[in-house]
Amino acid sequence: MPTVLPALADVFADVFAAGPSHALLASMIPDLTPILPGLIFYGLAGLAIVSAVAAATAPKIVHAAFGLMAAFFGVAGMYALLGSDFLALTQVVVYVGGILVLLVFGVLLTGRTKAALGLERPTHVMPAAFAGGALLFGLLGAILSSDFGDGGRTMADLPEPPSTTAALGRAFLDPNQYLLPFELVSVFLLAALIGAAFLVRRRRDGQ
Amino acid sequence: MKSFLDGLIDGSSLLQAVPRGLVYTVGILLACKAVLLLVSLFAGEIVWMERRISGRMQARIGPNRVGPQGLLQFLADGVKLMAKEDVIPTSADRLVFLIAPYIVFAGVFAAFAAVPLGAGLVPANLTFGLFYVLAITSVEVVGVIMAGWSSNSKWSILGTMREVAQVISYEMPLAISALTVAVLAGTLNLTEIVDQQQGWVWQWWVLRSPATFVGFFLFFTAALAALKRAPFDLPEAESELVAGFHTEYTGFRFAIFFLAEYAGMFLFSVLTVVLFFGGWHPGVPVSLTTGIGRALGFLVLFAKSAFFLSVMIWIRWSLPRYRVDKVMYLCYKVLLPWSVAAMVVAALQVLLTGGR
Repeated sequence: MPTVLPALADVFADVFAAGPSHALLASMIPDLTPILPGLIFYGLAGLAIVSAVAAATAPKIVHAAFGLMAAFFGVAGMYALLGSDFLALTQVVVYVGGILVLLVFGVLLTGRTKAALGLERPTHVMPAAFAGGALLFGLLGAILSSDFGDGGRTMADLPEPPSTTAALGRAFLDPNQYLLPFELVSVFLLAALIGAAFLVRRRRDGQ
Repeated sequence: MKSFLDGLIDGSSLLQAVPRGLVYTVGILLACKAVLLLVSLFAGEIVWMERRISGRMQARIGPNRVGPQGLLQFLADGVKLMAKEDVIPTSADRLVFLIAPYIVFAGVFAAFAAVPLGAGLVPANLTFGLFYVLAITSVEVVGVIMAGWSSNSKWSILGTMREVAQVISYEMPLAISALTVAVLAGTLNLTEIVDQQQGWVWQWWVLRSPATFVGFFLFFTAALAALKRAPFDLPEAESELVAGFHTEYTGFRFAIFFLAEYAGMFLFSVLTVVLFFGGWHPGVPVSLTTGIGRALGFLVLFAKSAFFLSVMIWIRWSLPRYRVDKVMYLCYKVLLPWSVAAMVVAALQVLLTGGR
């Protein structure tokens, strides 16, 4: 046993010593660095598509909501991969933390009705399929006819993108850029909020 | 993280032979693992801390047998929980029931990716770190809903409804009061926010502006509610709902909920220290950014967050539980207006003084 350890140490010293053995090591490990962003992209795209299909076909509405959550995460991951850090986080905080939670909250409040248990047959399948198909082909046409002008570069060639958060903040509050639309949307949302509060208010005079 | 790994690669001929992508991937996985171990360890010790302090407050001794002063109690508890039967109720939604604890766990632990525990001791030094932490912790609620809904138990559902209503409400004052610091600091990067607090104690954000002074109390109160700590522990309310949303969980899955809860306490106390109380700067003008000072800075940060953990525990064992309508009243009619006012004051201060 005592002789084995030095022998092993020699072997490791040979393998890790500076010189040609490094080239040997390098040749043993396939270099996946250039396709790493692609691998991550397809992983995220797969997550988004599989969970979106699961959300569309799940028999229980709560399962559909949880599938939707995974799809949101896949899309958020793609935003992050494309360098839109702020958009990715907004996707998580608005869709996962806000809309999805309220959606499931609504399902919980309505209880285990037929719809929640999936006993009701879906209605209006044909119009829904037609609208969905029209949207899909419209978007496909737009995507395929667009010139993205990336000159055949892959993602690995791109430099690490700068953070977009500060730039977005300035653009929103710059009167020459998006201040007016931003304020209009804010007022619109406020109006919707007040309207919702008005609709669910407690009526004191027994109306 | 990338620059740190680049430095490692440049310093070692062995790493230069290995593909760069592999070094990045392995490096990031190792960093995640280190954070996971560290935070799990702390969460375990916080459980011990809570049990000892509550024991003292009730004139008991608390766990003191396993290890020195009972410090290793959490290991014994962990072994016990892992040895227990993993019960899945027959009427439960099996898949969702099985996944839920991991979503809760991921929601808390993912936040630690951007939280600096010392100078340069941060897995991902994001320029929008504060926003990231506040965004990713909202994922936890989804896991709680999954747990409560899939358990198919009345207690779980009631606890879930309370939890969702409470947590999504208290997210607003929590985020807005944290933003008072971000507005005055002019950045969302947590490391930069800490570095602006170097020097004497009055350089800490909590003492630099009336907005952040009020903001700290609002943030800490909202954090207690977001963590479902007493006096806001309605979602668990053991005297009414058994254990709230995790009533039906046993064994290891229960341990994961437990771990996530205490890791959340650690997260929010570290965040309080980082935002308002100088992070790893001890309050006297010494530099703790390199070498052995970095380790000392980590200890300073840890001591400060231990103080806030003690305050959380102290509050829990002193105050009775709020009534459910009072919880909502406190959020929407007290904390939210005050935090918006603090935010406006902070914005005015930036406008009038240029932010410094």
